[in-house]
Amino acid sequence: MAYMHIGKDFVPPDVIGKVTGRIKYAEDYTREGMVYARLLTSPIPHARVLDIDASEALAMEGVFGILTADEVYPDGEPQSTGLKILTNEPTLVGEPILALAAVDEKTAESAIAAINVTFERLPFVLDPLDSLQEGGPNAFVGGNTFGQQGFTEAKWSSDQVASFRAGNAPAEDAPTTGPIPTFSIGDLEAGFAAAEDGFVYEGSFTTAGYPHHSMEPRSAMAYWEDGKLYLHGTSQSLTALANDMAGIIGVAKEDLVFINAATGGGFGQRARAGSIPSMAIPAKMSQKLNRPVMMRITREEEFTIGGARQGFQGWIKVGFRPDGVMSACDIFVVSDNGGKGGGADAFSAADCISILYQTEAVRFRGASVATNTAHRGAQRGPGQNQIAPIISPIMDVAADALGMSRLDIRVVNSAQTGDVGGPQGTPLTSAYMPEALRQAADAFDWEGRETRRRQRSGSKVTGLGIGQGYHNAGRSGMDGIVMMGADGRLKIHSGVGNLGTYSYAATSRAAAEVLKMPWDRCDIVTGRTDNHLPITSPQDGSNSIFTNTRTCYGAAMDMVAKMKEIAAADLGGEPADYDISEERVHQIADGSVGMTYAEVAQRAMELGGKYTGEAELPEELHEWTQIAASRLAGSAFMGIYHDPAHSNNPPGFTVTCTEIELDLETGKYEILDMVSIGECGTVVHPQGLKNQLVGGAVWGIGLSALERHLYDPQNGLPASTGYWQSKVPTYLDTPVKIDTGWVDLPDPENPVGARGIGEPSQGSVSAALTAAITDALDGHIFGAAPITTDMIINHIAGTQEDAVALAQNNFRG
Amino acid sequence: MQPVNPQLTRRRFIKGVIASGAVAGTTSLWYAANGQSRPAGAVERMIRLNVNGQDRTVDVAPQETLASTLRYKLGLTGTKLGCNRGECGACTVLVDDIPTYACSVLTHSFKNGRIETVEGLEAPDGTLHPVQQGFVDALGPQCGYCTPGQVMAAVGLLRANPNPTREEARMGLAGNICRCGSYDSYLDGVMRAAEIG
Repeated sequence: MAYMHIGKDFVPPDVIGKVTGRIKYAEDYTREGMVYARLLTSPIPHARVLDIDASEALAMEGVFGILTADEVYPDGEPQSTGLKILTNEPTLVGEPILALAAVDEKTAESAIAAINVTFERLPFVLDPLDSLQEGGPNAFVGGNTFGQQGFTEAKWSSDQVASFRAGNAPAEDAPTTGPIPTFSIGDLEAGFAAAEDGFVYEGSFTTAGYPHHSMEPRSAMAYWEDGKLYLHGTSQSLTALANDMAGIIGVAKEDLVFINAATGGGFGQRARAGSIPSMAIPAKMSQKLNRPVMMRITREEEFTIGGARQGFQGWIKVGFRPDGVMSACDIFVVSDNGGKGGGADAFSAADCISILYQTEAVRFRGASVATNTAHRGAQRGPGQNQIAPIISPIMDVAADALGMSRLDIRVVNSAQTGDVGGPQGTPLTSAYMPEALRQAADAFDWEGRETRRRQRSGSKVTGLGIGQGYHNAGRSGMDGIVMMGADGRLKIHSGVGNLGTYSYAATSRAAAEVLKMPWDRCDIVTGRTDNHLPITSPQDGSNSIFTNTRTCYGAAMDMVAKMKEIAAADLGGEPADYDISEERVHQIADGSVGMTYAEVAQRAMELGGKYTGEAELPEELHEWTQIAASRLAGSAFMGIYHDPAHSNNPPGFTVTCTEIELDLETGKYEILDMVSIGECGTVVHPQGLKNQLVGGAVWGIGLSALERHLYDPQNGLPASTGYWQSKVPTYLDTPVKIDTGWVDLPDPENPVGARGIGEPSQGSVSAALTAAITDALDGHIFGAAPITTDMIINHIAGTQEDAVALAQNNFRG
Repeated sequence: MQPVNPQLTRRRFIKGVIASGAVAGTTSLWYAANGQSRPAGAVERMIRLNVNGQDRTVDVAPQETLASTLRYKLGLTGTKLGCNRGECGACTVLVDDIPTYACSVLTHSFKNGRIETVEGLEAPDGTLHPVQQGFVDALGPQCGYCTPGQVMAAVGLLRANPNPTREEARMGLAGNICRCGSYDSYLDGVMRAAEIG
């Protein structure tokens, strides 16, 4: 289909501000009379605050006041595991206990040093298996898990834990716990029976949890004016986050102005207000002191409250029939759920296997256990990406054992349109994995390079890897608003956050497409909620491009329908007799009979009522959108839309091929070449898609090779609070060039055919890189992510790196 | 491989930091920079800095980092603080054409230096610097927080080596982290900038 905007590159409005430094992040704002807040955080991993003596601090010159948990939670702290604004019951080192505001930050820090906090030390635990073991410490006073029944205690016998640590299959009756502790698809026994003449793999695995480390620390500045709270903050999802942040702060939605023109990186932990409640601190401190309050967050604090991936310690058994079909997968995962609750990563990992490999029978069991480490939650492909580097080498050893090519075994097991997946057997809206595999293989010359596989050159050996990634990539049920004034310009109101994907702009182009508007005649209205923006879905889960093209498209369609009604009423005929082109609504039969957009907008404002949002609004509009619409009503011609629920699962898929050269003397390797292909429906914004593919590639390299989450076992102190210790990939850890491409076939559940891509782009690279390392080492499966240089050199030297099996998910190697 | 900028080596950078008395990695330094309570002692506080071609007289505390001065005294908030401990490069500015981590050097060290920040690159008529234009053409930035530092590192590179290979560009920008992982697009932008010249 020939589009005017979809599939074409453009200059997003904010990119000029980014290259000139003009665009402002929360920390760049200042306001007259602004004071500075600093945090007193817990120095111990699990404690109870018995007493706070701030008398000396409060008497210091330049100190304005403190804010404590008792003040922000006058009715008591929420009895849940989630992050709190402030707490008297810290469950990890670095959790904010109180905030102090002063004339400057030095004074604030000096005053904090003068505060005496009396803690009662409580038992702490860093390894979920230590907590699972009978008699082991719990991360929370109430237990080591949290569910609908509140805190509970999950325990295994010492023998069960010891057996699991040794890499053995968990017992059939091994206790499970967590958000989604089990599911089963198909006949597992029959699946493994079918694999008896094929190939069966069984082994343990670990994956590291590691922090987001977004470049912008989650600083925030707040002030109150005329009863309204103005909050400069950071977020992945502008209105979705503001909507819930109002509740956390305790301010009416209509009285919160959330200002967020740009966000310095969001990979899951800035999507929802519950994962960033620290922004409520300057808001509440400002309310208390009646002054603007800036709270800057340090890199160390960002590590602590910035969220991290769940680490896995697991066991997996996979069966393949002689024809290569994955007939059964049995997986058990003990997840490290951190000190502030987390997610259902392990469930998502098993769900991913079911969808990505179309496995005939899958059984998932898991135990999600709290530890006194950084809080866990959404992070780029939670579950799907942890399992990607674990499963990919298994596919390869199966292919070798069955005499198949590693490409073919993936084609045999790939998802296609009409397939279903997951525990509910949900149909995929569309799927073109075989096409993606073929496109990647062709672009990489996979067959041609196979001759170089495991080729030696001195101490160096070549490894080839191919990997796949998946994430559910689309939601619905949100709202859209477009406006047009007498100048005929199209104003697209977008509540989509500006986290660096440019999806706020790319999705807006769906509205321009419907109205056939030149892009330079369109304005995206966004950046602060008093611009009256519709609700969006939290921008996690690769959903934005799917979710918000639907709303923008729908709002523009509503405007087109109203244009035709107005033209028909004024110029004669029926609305169906009219069409739009070149910023005019005109009769189909006689194009000279019509009105310009400027004229029809002017007429709409004269007519009022539904044409300007003063009547007949969609009944299902979200409360947040209702507030926005009520404030826009009567000001201009309005198109407004509530998007109904879509059907089925819109998947995002990626395929990556890579070649590495591994030095057997040092254990180090260089990534010589990499190709990543996206299978995400119609391409809306090629440069944006390319950026997601290469960005995901860097994250995939971090997952497979580098990133760590280390804690001092004696005191529970985090040891990877910075970029260096955490080992975020740099230019030199990544290939000098990453080639990208896309399948570009439309999805029927989206009006422009688009699906999301952000998360699978990491998984496929991680899978391919791990497969390449395995290949270079003659098929040795580490069952780990990351695979560090030490692990490689130990293996080459014949030292049993597996001797430390499952000791600690983040400490392996 | 030859250093991209023979004047800039890691050793030289570290020696510079030590010589300036900065102690990277301490949060107290960063916040101390905003306080005014410490007596100036023998150190002159009102100093003249040449920033983006203009002489600016600024009241600078003895322990103040260049990043603090630029951001909080001169309002040049394009210089970002990602880590404030010399790891990420978001605060990169040019001092006498050499990319420098502004979070890890003391302002007093540069009384005679020529300091350039991202705000100083655009022409008066608004024309973008070739590096800025190259980054726009290649859509180098994602979240944009590291972008000013990447821009300044690239400007420093191209002044020392106007026609780098992609590998040389990679080495030249290696001190700047991008958590979004936009390295490939930034390198596309540098190569484009070299073309635009």
